[in-house]
Amino acid sequence: MNYGPLVFLAAFFALASSWWGFVLAPQLQIGRLQQTNTLGAATATYPVARPGLAQQGLQVYRANGCAYCHSQQVGQTGTTLDIALTEAGTNQAVTLAALLKLATTTPDEPIVMTALPPLEAARANTNAAALPGGLPKALLRSTSREAANAAVATLDATGAKAQLWILPAGPDIARGWGRRHSVAEDYLFDFPVMPGSQRIGPDLANVGVRLPDANWHLLHLYAPQHQVKGSTMPPYRFLFETRRVERRPSPDALVLPPSLAPPPGYEVVPRPEVAALVAYLISLRADAPLFTAPMTLPGAPVKPAGTNTPVAAAPSAAFK
Amino acid sequence: MSPAPEAPGAIEASCRLPLVVLFLGAAVWLLVGSMLGLIASIKFHTPAFLADLAWLTYGRVRPASVNSMLYGFCVPAGLGVALWMLARLGRAILTAPWLVVVGAVCWNLGVAAGLAGILAGASTGFENLEMPAYAASLVLLGYLMMAVWGALTFHQRRERQLYVSQWFLLAALFWFPWIHSTANLLLQVFPVRGMAQAVIAWWYSHNLTMLWFGLVGLAIVFHLLPKLTDRELRSRQLALLIFWMLILFGSWGGIPASAPVPAWLPVLSALAKLAGIITLTAVVVNLAPVLKGPWANLPNQPSLRFISFGLGAFVLVGLTEVVTAFSFANRFTLFTWFTPAIGMLNSYGFFAMVIFGAVYYFAPQLVGLEFPSPRLVRAHFWIAASGLLLLVVPLAMGGIVQGYRLQHAVVPFADIARGTLPFLRVSTTGDLLLALGHLLFLVNLGGLVCRFYRARAVAAWAEATTEVKPAEAGT
Repeated sequence: MNYGPLVFLAAFFALASSWWGFVLAPQLQIGRLQQTNTLGAATATYPVARPGLAQQGLQVYRANGCAYCHSQQVGQTGTTLDIALTEAGTNQAVTLAALLKLATTTPDEPIVMTALPPLEAARANTNAAALPGGLPKALLRSTSREAANAAVATLDATGAKAQLWILPAGPDIARGWGRRHSVAEDYLFDFPVMPGSQRIGPDLANVGVRLPDANWHLLHLYAPQHQVKGSTMPPYRFLFETRRVERRPSPDALVLPPSLAPPPGYEVVPRPEVAALVAYLISLRADAPLFTAPMTLPGAPVKPAGTNTPVAAAPSAAFK
Repeated sequence: MSPAPEAPGAIEASCRLPLVVLFLGAAVWLLVGSMLGLIASIKFHTPAFLADLAWLTYGRVRPASVNSMLYGFCVPAGLGVALWMLARLGRAILTAPWLVVVGAVCWNLGVAAGLAGILAGASTGFENLEMPAYAASLVLLGYLMMAVWGALTFHQRRERQLYVSQWFLLAALFWFPWIHSTANLLLQVFPVRGMAQAVIAWWYSHNLTMLWFGLVGLAIVFHLLPKLTDRELRSRQLALLIFWMLILFGSWGGIPASAPVPAWLPVLSALAKLAGIITLTAVVVNLAPVLKGPWANLPNQPSLRFISFGLGAFVLVGLTEVVTAFSFANRFTLFTWFTPAIGMLNSYGFFAMVIFGAVYYFAPQLVGLEFPSPRLVRAHFWIAASGLLLLVVPLAMGGIVQGYRLQHAVVPFADIARGTLPFLRVSTTGDLLLALGHLLFLVNLGGLVCRFYRARAVAAWAEATTEVKPAEAGT
């Protein structure tokens, strides 16, 4: 019997299986993503398309291959849960006792006291029946969701009000490269998407949060070693024009230190490409709390978790 | 199928011109690629090196170098060897050799346009798929013009028995246009949205460098190693198992563990990587009878060295693929120089070395002459092998150090970046040696081709001049 056609078909389907799995299925799932709502008190639509100049800058980023040295994806190894007291309640002595009990149970309990001097002081002198001021404040830290939920329930039972604050953790986040891990939504309107595969330079997923100053970026692109000592980044002077000063100096001209300044009578002016590139870099901010990447924004005003507040206002609800 | 064999020398004659065009073009692009790679590498000694030329900025030179290597050398050279093996194993003359030549020219024009596009800033931004649409379509057209005749040659084979290598080659012939057209259509012509682009680009890149290279490279290894050593593979069934494992699991891959996509994608990718251990074990077990036994009394063939080195690199790449499927390992390798180091071990150490071995073995049969200088062929092996070691070992080590320090946020990033520089600078010597090796390859191959055509020209001249005399005598 001639098995040829059968073998061909089998090989065809074997190869095609990966096409279904890694081309068709991702297109159905990720390619059809829509804008979503951010979590937190101020609900907004996320993501929004980048401004026009930043979109041009994305093309400059692509053309010059910035992605070969800079990744744009923040990793996260886990989540830390902070138990924050939002309202002290009326019976502060009981609340304090509950707090201390939570924090001083056996060492293998997954709750630790955050290094807060007032609570430490209160621990030393249990007679002091006052809670630290300046609420809301994170007082306990946990890595287990169950233990944290139980702790919140314990504190609530004393008449105080407590909340869970969700803090993404991991080396990338500790470096300040982002507040949470990157998710597919962050890249929804970009073309091409360049997540990068190497970190010859730092991750840029949130460079607009970290370094929002356009002038810093212009100087850095012109003379990287001047802005970051010992930087290994090559200068991008072909994105700038050194030209003779006409009637009056250009308002866009770079303010350069004497060691880098052009000869007298000349000025260094950014070309349109670099202005677009800097607009793009500043537009890189993937820090909205999302359902797929929940977190509590540091310093965000925390609404008391009343019965009528939307789910999104209480991050703990979204995380349960 | 008619069992009548072709006239002796007919297969060689039909393959000669297309293969000479393919191999010489590949050798030129290989040299171009390593020159560009050298420029990229020197930038880690002084960042300002050639920095004021937009065309030669790092982010353009490096993809141009990689593309020159992948599309300039690997695919056309692999295709050349594939056409030759399909013709030889099927004992059929290559169908329509002139159209193959046209295809090869079209392919090379596409590569030239693509490299110019990348250097001019028209790159697509997708790794290993940087060629802009106009170049990619030329390349695909050229490929189809060549591969169709490969498939037809297979169809007209006069040898009933199918070798395993033929399975591997046919699957490869068929798979490249599928992945290349899918990726270019969905990323350039009708772009999909958001992260789906990156997933498709990863899938394409993995399928080209792991699956296509694996299929063609193993086809050569399974065909040539037994020939060169005069020993037998363990079993045909095992080779078929490798074939099915490769096409079923080898194609599911490429999604890095860090990817900001739904978790099932990197998990499936890692599972497929794990399945690679079966493929790898089967390859080693199948080749064990060939590799066992005394090596000293084997014929002193440079091809054997190249192919054994390539096989070693294949096993090493396969092992790292399996180990980096686990998160305890890949957290130290993601985003580091380890990934490109293993990529180079795969494309240079495995695929290119196997191709060199095949070209050094087949080219003399093709033209019926020996290489002008066997010493230069041996020199090519030692220079390429030491260059690869000097390139891959420092990069991989530097990558692991970099990955370990990236995991510790107390180490400032600038220190990490500077910490990789010594490793990168050592690897420049590897780049330099590789460029030298590629120059030798071009010299060897060019010398052989020149020798052949000079001999032909001399013969033609002699024929032309001798034929006149009897005619004169007759009048």
